[in-house]
Amino acid sequence: MESQQQDSPLAVRKLKERDPQGITEVISFRGETTVVLPRNRLIAACEFLKSDAELDFAFLSDITPVDRFPVEPRFEVNYHLVSLSRRERLRLKVKVTSKDPTVPTVTNVWPTANWHEREAWDLMGVQFEGHPNLTRILMPDDWEGHPHRKDYPVEGYR
Amino acid sequence: MASSVLTVPESRTMVLNMGPQHPSTHGVLRVILELDGEIVLKAEPVIGYLHTGIEKNFEKLTYSQCIPLTDRMDYLANLSNNLGFCLAVEKLADIEVPKRAQYIRVLLTEFSRIASHLVWLGTHAIDLGAMSVFLYCFREREEMLKILEAISGQRMMTSYFRIGGLALEPPPGYLEWISKFLDTFAGHLAEYEDLLTENPIWKLRTQGVGVLKLEDGIAMAVSGPSLRGSGSDYDLRKYFPYSSYEEFDFKVATQTAGDVYARYQVRLEEMRQSAKICRQAIDRIPSQGPFRAEVRGLVPPSREEMKTSIEGLIYHFKIWTEGITPPPGEVYQAIESPRGEIGFYVCSDGSNRPYRVKVRAPSFVNLQALPRLVIGKLIADVVASIGTIDIVLGEVDR
Repeated sequence: MESQQQDSPLAVRKLKERDPQGITEVISFRGETTVVLPRNRLIAACEFLKSDAELDFAFLSDITPVDRFPVEPRFEVNYHLVSLSRRERLRLKVKVTSKDPTVPTVTNVWPTANWHEREAWDLMGVQFEGHPNLTRILMPDDWEGHPHRKDYPVEGYR
Repeated sequence: MASSVLTVPESRTMVLNMGPQHPSTHGVLRVILELDGEIVLKAEPVIGYLHTGIEKNFEKLTYSQCIPLTDRMDYLANLSNNLGFCLAVEKLADIEVPKRAQYIRVLLTEFSRIASHLVWLGTHAIDLGAMSVFLYCFREREEMLKILEAISGQRMMTSYFRIGGLALEPPPGYLEWISKFLDTFAGHLAEYEDLLTENPIWKLRTQGVGVLKLEDGIAMAVSGPSLRGSGSDYDLRKYFPYSSYEEFDFKVATQTAGDVYARYQVRLEEMRQSAKICRQAIDRIPSQGPFRAEVRGLVPPSREEMKTSIEGLIYHFKIWTEGITPPPGEVYQAIESPRGEIGFYVCSDGSNRPYRVKVRAPSFVNLQALPRLVIGKLIADVVASIGTIDIVLGEVDR
């Protein structure tokens, strides 16, 4: 564990320095780093990671929601970031409960998040607060339910 | 899908619905355009017509059963999808693939990158009125599909890469066949270039059209040749090498103009570089050696071992009936597909089926940047702009 502490990526060290209470957990698995954040620290962390000249996480690859039904907090939202200048990846993770599956939008930080968040809402039912156009993207407009949720059968409702 | 995205237009503008049945949208893409005369004021891509729930289906299948579904997303570059998914599962289960299989994977993904770019070039040219290039491109692609069929048994839905290596030992003589194809391919590329590169009509239709600024490209997370035409050298084969790409010597093709012509030049150069990588791979691939990793309980044993040892037989049955069970965890593995960064997020809960798979489809992300290419430009250039970002709708909608 100690050696891991020393090797922890610069991004994690800087995030900790900036806001020691802003990180819930750091997971290291198969050479990938995941930083778990509380929901209310997400935007500040994203803005910092993108604007910090040394870290330069300007490229948001993907936003991936995961449903942990029936565990609470039920939803995880993963943000896959790339730093083109440092050739480094980082994953941010926010966990939200099924009572209030709301995450602030990151479209103001990375405009590419627009469609990813629409997809996450459409298929998983995670709300993105402040999103400019949170409508269905892949399913028909009159669809009911969110098909990627674990309590939604693969065959659909008949 | 989202309807009524556009507000009621003012009296002088017109809303035009392009697609979903339109030959130059390359599938079932619908674009709602608001026009002032011939100038595009707003453009809104509407997708979802081909949504088949592939990501949801993954959750019902064992890991190896997922591979044929990955073929059906980007059906022009199946091997890239296979590779991305296999690498993700191999990372999750911590499987080391033998060098021989890694080189064959590199050879075939680069080979199919050429085939995919040929479809792009042919259809892009036909969209802009250059009919003959299409016929030439498909002539070469047909030959490539024959080679892929000889190796994998399928022309398009190859499913040739499996977790831990390859599906089969490639047939004898495949390297000579590919190398014979590559010998003639340089001449074919020159043929396409003769028809297009200095063609004044082609230049008029492409130069200064559909310009994507570098900062816009990065803000919209555009990747692949579409970003490299704007001056970035973001290529996952160099930035985050996988499958021994770091051992190969090739250049990342870039251009700075950011227009349709620049992306055309990037893709042509990529075909040349891919051919170069194929040649290097042919020289490196050993004629003998395992084509699959030997990991008990995670990779199926060889045919001979299955037939001759009781342990091999047990593992064979276990793997093909129950599947493999990687440890709980999550990985994200991205590779450079012909269209850009294709990423597989695979999350395991320790069972024999993936708990969640999310595909970062390059076409989906690149398509989002389409309005930035067409707004303020002529409606005739919309077709050029759709063609130049090289989308495959199967992958956009998944």
